[in-house]
Amino acid sequence: MAFEVMLRELSSGLLVSLEIFFLTLLGALPLGMIVAFGRMSKFKPLQLLVKLYISIMRGTPLMLQLLVVYFGPYYIFGIRLTSSYRFIAVIIGFILNYAAYFAEIYRSGIEAMSKGQYEAADVLGYSKTQTFFKIILPQVIKNILPSITNEVITLVKDTSLAYTIGVAEMFTQAKIISAAQSSMTALIAAGIFYYFMNLVVAYVMGLFEKKLNYFK
Amino acid sequence: MNILELKNIKKSFGDLEVLKDVSLSVRKGEVIAIIGPSGSGKSTLLRCATLLERVDRGEINYLGEAVTECVGDKTVYASKKQLQKIKGYFGLVFQNFNLFPHYTVLKNVIDAPISVQKRKKDDVIKEAAALLEKMGLSGKENNYPHQLSGGQQQRVSIVRALALNPQILFFDEPTSALDPELTGEVLKVIRSLAEENMTMVIVTHEMQFAREVADTVYFMNDGFIVESGTPEEVFDHPKTERMKHFLERYNG
Ligand SMILES: Nc1ncnc2c1ncn2[C@@H]1O[C@H](COP(=O)(O)OP(=O)(O)OP(=O)(O)O)[C@@H](O)[C@H]1O
Ligand SMILES: [Mg+2]
Repeated sequence: MAFEVMLRELSSGLLVSLEIFFLTLLGALPLGMIVAFGRMSKFKPLQLLVKLYISIMRGTPLMLQLLVVYFGPYYIFGIRLTSSYRFIAVIIGFILNYAAYFAEIYRSGIEAMSKGQYEAADVLGYSKTQTFFKIILPQVIKNILPSITNEVITLVKDTSLAYTIGVAEMFTQAKIISAAQSSMTALIAAGIFYYFMNLVVAYVMGLFEKKLNYFK
Repeated sequence: MNILELKNIKKSFGDLEVLKDVSLSVRKGEVIAIIGPSGSGKSTLLRCATLLERVDRGEINYLGEAVTECVGDKTVYASKKQLQKIKGYFGLVFQNFNLFPHYTVLKNVIDAPISVQKRKKDDVIKEAAALLEKMGLSGKENNYPHQLSGGQQQRVSIVRALALNPQILFFDEPTSALDPELTGEVLKVIRSLAEENMTMVIVTHEMQFAREVADTVYFMNDGFIVESGTPEEVFDHPKTERMKHFLERYNG
C-alpha cells in the first residue's frame, strides 16, 4: 500500500475522531453544568442520584460504558441494533462520561468562589440568575480553565476507544492498516496525528487563558 | 421618620446566642458608630439589618416598611418582592471590599444601577464619573480592582454602594483590611459623606474616628447594646463597668 493511500485512510479516520471530539464537547460541556447543579441541589434524592451517576461514570472504564450503551438496548430491551447506531452510541457514551467529569470541575470551581462575591451581589440587588451569570460564572471559568484543558487533552486520546464497538475512527483504521502491512508505520502516523491535535488543543486553550488574564 | 428601626432582635447560630436583644433606630442624617469587643455580635447585627442573615426574632423596618413583623410569637419576613424593594434603600461596604475582579472600576460602579435599577446608561455613567472624581478616583475608571491599592479599592466599593442612591449606608470595619497608612484616605471619604448628612451605620475599631464622626455611639457586648449616647457621654463619661474596661484596653 502506498504511503499516500495509507494517509488518506488515516485521514478519513481522523475525521471521525474529530467528529467524536467536537460532538462530545458540544454535548458534555453544557450537560456537565446541568449535572453540576443536580449535584449541588438541596433536594437530597436528586443530589444522591447525580452523585451515584458521577461515581459510576468515574469509577468504571469508559470502554465498558461504551459497550453498555451500544449493546444495552438489545440485551435489555431486545431492540435490534442498526449499524448507524454504533456512532450514536459512541457519542452518547462519551457525552455521558465526560459530562460527569466536567460537572465535578464546575462544581469545585463554583464551590471555591468566595461567599463575599455572592453577598456583595445580593446587597446590590442582583437576582440569583444575574449573580450566577454576571458575577460568578466568568470567575469560575477562569479558575477552572486549566482543569478543563486537561480533560480535553484526555478526550483527544480517548476518542480511540470508539474502536471497541467498531466505529472506524483513526485508531481503528491504523490498526487495520498496520495489520495488513505488517508494519508499525500507520500506528506511528496515527500517534503523530493525536499528538498534533493535542498541540492544537493546548494552543487554543492557552489563548483562552491569556484572554482571561486581564483580571485576577 | 426613622430610616431604620430594629426592635428586640434575636439571632442564634445553633446553640450560640449571638444577638440576645438588640434595639436600635437610625434617624435621617444620623451617623451611628457601633463599637465593642470582638465576637460581641456587631457584624451579625449589620448582616441581619442588610438581609444577609435572617433574624430569629424581632422587628426590622426601613422607612416604615416592614422587613419582619411579629405575628403572635412568630417573626415573619415580608414577601420576596417587598424585600427586593427594601434592598434598594441601603448599601453595605464590606471589610474586604468584595469588588468584582472581572469588572473595571467603572463597570463595578455602574453595573448594578443599570442592570438592577434599570436606569439609563448615560445618566448612570455621568453620576458615576462625578462620584469617582469626588472620591479621588478619576483616571482609574478603566483599571481592574487588582491594579489598585487597598485604600483605592475600598473607595471604589463605597462609590459602588453610593451609585445606587441608598438612603442609608452600612460599613463593617471599612479600614480593618487596610495597611495603617491607607486607613486615612478611606476615613476621610466617610467623613466627607457625614458632612453631606449621609445616614450611616459604621462598625469600627477606630475609636478616635468614631468619636469624631458619630452623632451616636453604641457599645455592644455579648449580644446586647450595653451603652449608647453621644460620643462625649460614651467615651468621656461611661456608665457601665464593661464600657470603662473596654476603653481602658483601648487607651492603655
Ligand atoms: N455564620 C456563623 N455561624 C456560626 N457562628 C457565627 C456565624 N457568624 C458569626 N458567628 C459567631 O457569632 C459571634 C459574633 O460574631 P460577629 O462576627 O457578629 O462578631 P463581631 O462583633 O463582628 O466581632 P469582630 O469585632 O471580631 O468582627 C462570634 O462568636 C462568631 O463566631
Ligand atoms: Mg465583625
